[in-house]
Amino acid sequence: MDMKVAKKKLALKEKYRLLTRDLGWEPTYQNKDEIYPYTKYEGIRIHDWDKWEDPFRLTMDSYWKYQAEKERKFYAIIDAHAQNNGHLHITDARYLSALKIFLQAISPGEYAAGKGFARMGREFPGVGTQVACQMQAIDEIRHAQTQIHALSNYNKFYNGFHAFADARDRMWYCTVPRSFFDDAVSAGPFEFMIAIGFSFEYVLTNLLFVPFMSGAAYNGDMATVTFGFSAQSDEARHMTLGLECIKFMLEQDPANLPIVQGWIDKWFWRGFRVLGLVSTMMDYMLPKRVMSWREAWNIYGIENGTALFRDLARYGIRAPAGWDDAEKAIDHMSHQFMLGLYQWSFGTALHSWIPSDDDMAWLAKKYPDTFDKYYRPRWEHIKKLKAAGTQFANYGLAKLCQTCQLPIVFTEPDDPTRSAQREGEYKGEKYHFCSDGCQHIFENEPEKYIQAWLPMPQLFQDPIGGDLAAWMDWVGLRNGKDNGDFDGSEDQKNFDAWRAMATSNQ
Amino acid sequence: MSTVFIALQTNEDTRPIIDAIVIDNPNCTVNRQPAMIKIDAPGSLTVRRETIEEQLGRAFDLQELNVNLITLSGNVEEDEDTLTLRWNS
Amino acid sequence: MAVVSTKPYVGVPRDLVANFNGKQLVYACWDQHLLFAAPFLICVPPEMSFRELVDGPLTALMQPDPDASAVDWSKVEWLKSNKPFTPDFDASLAANGIGHKEQLRFITPGLNSLLAAA
Repeated sequence: MDMKVAKKKLALKEKYRLLTRDLGWEPTYQNKDEIYPYTKYEGIRIHDWDKWEDPFRLTMDSYWKYQAEKERKFYAIIDAHAQNNGHLHITDARYLSALKIFLQAISPGEYAAGKGFARMGREFPGVGTQVACQMQAIDEIRHAQTQIHALSNYNKFYNGFHAFADARDRMWYCTVPRSFFDDAVSAGPFEFMIAIGFSFEYVLTNLLFVPFMSGAAYNGDMATVTFGFSAQSDEARHMTLGLECIKFMLEQDPANLPIVQGWIDKWFWRGFRVLGLVSTMMDYMLPKRVMSWREAWNIYGIENGTALFRDLARYGIRAPAGWDDAEKAIDHMSHQFMLGLYQWSFGTALHSWIPSDDDMAWLAKKYPDTFDKYYRPRWEHIKKLKAAGTQFANYGLAKLCQTCQLPIVFTEPDDPTRSAQREGEYKGEKYHFCSDGCQHIFENEPEKYIQAWLPMPQLFQDPIGGDLAAWMDWVGLRNGKDNGDFDGSEDQKNFDAWRAMATSNQ
Repeated sequence: MSTVFIALQTNEDTRPIIDAIVIDNPNCTVNRQPAMIKIDAPGSLTVRRETIEEQLGRAFDLQELNVNLITLSGNVEEDEDTLTLRWNS
Repeated sequence: MAVVSTKPYVGVPRDLVANFNGKQLVYACWDQHLLFAAPFLICVPPEMSFRELVDGPLTALMQPDPDASAVDWSKVEWLKSNKPFTPDFDASLAANGIGHKEQLRFITPGLNSLLAAA
């Protein structure tokens, strides 16, 4: 006879132990090194994989439950957004440029991270690690999908959204994040974890998702706030995974310290360069701004980063090598990028513009030491050129950094009046860099970076051969629609016309 | 002392959670920004299930936090009853 | 340093001069003139004379800057790979030692309209 016994609810730690530890087994007829062939060659020494702790202890049943809840919330809001003319509720159509950068340059990175974590879920031997990486792989795919879904509604009405998948591989500013993720995925599993789990997720994504998404809310963009915060709710788990991974490596063997520090130095700088574009989104592309890039950096870069590296000092970790150069760049980078985007706007699938007097007054207030002194005179001159009917376009294209692939818009850390130029030679070939950070990264692994597909030099090779119209066609850029000055653009005209229709019956 | 923080979406689910965090962490600072709330605290911050349940009037599984969590900072320690964020220096 | 890898790892550069159908890249940067957001990338044949480079593509690209018409090329100071360099205007780029992906920087003392005094 069956007896009904009241099932004792398992404690969280016990439940997690059962999920993770009892899923792993000792192989009997295969060598462990052959099952997990990539865990040793990077030089990281691990003695006991069971020491890996996932502090969130999320088991699969809970994972599916909460993720399903997030998806239901997300799609309910996306439906509401589409049903209620959400595309007209944003503050101003200039705001769309930030979304276009996001979709073209960032969402494909989510997908790449998904592929990377799926691989790490297979390559790491520890079960706790495998489970956490597999969950993160699914999360990242979810992020890419929800972002594409959310922004597809804007694609029905506005230009510049349609070719994001081609842009990912071909557009000059998109190869920057693409090369970042390619670099990470082509590294070993431990370096990947430092690259994405630690540097990108823990040190840098707060700068992207938190103030920028809050900014989306400020600008009436319900769809983006929703995907942003839905993604970010996974991010807390990802950041914790990144931090646990780094502590695990450092606790397992003191010989791991110099390797880990080298990766922190590299990936902090790689991430800082990629996230540079976010500075421009925050300072220039949000018509209503929550905080400046500088203010966001003070909170999420300086305050949070300092706390983190002070905590890790007990293992011998110091702040990343590029930390001071990053600080020196903060008050310049958004202006340098926006000036670049504006003068090369014939080649961008988004609009840029000359900041209004109001915007310039705000920038001067937020950047009291730099804006009026260095950047306002340039914008004022560009304004004059436009008024004279000779709108500024720089057809010289740009020298790109061999490592980060950004146009070298940066100045010397200690002299904002001089363009930063670094170069080196490898096997008789010249290579150029934007900074000491990028040059060091190259010099540590030149064979990797000489393979960089740099979009500007490629434009002059076959099959494009320097033909700008052929290039536009190839990247999916519709001249006169997707590119150029916001002022006079189809997006601007449509938004204004549709907005007017929404408030009038004529 | 380093600052830890937790950020949550602003919505009806999180209102009682935020109230509970403020009760349990009298040192904390609540920053209200568009669509989100960021709570800073010096050194450490603890979220307690019981206090949330008192505010909420129903049973609460601490992992429900995952649905509305935006970001956090500090080493995480979690069990059924508490979630603690802490910097070790 | 070598790439840490499980087997020998050899990369192939994608921007070798052979890929440019008889041309080469030259980078040029006008010192202290940051209206131009990055050094210019110019794709020209190595047989082009230095003068043709200056009077042709370089001069055309510089026009939006208010100092463009005031440049006296006989007084310009040049750097090649960050080292002082005296070009022979009538010789070809190749004869001037300006190879593929060479970085030129030119300084025009006294001209800096868009750069507020420090």
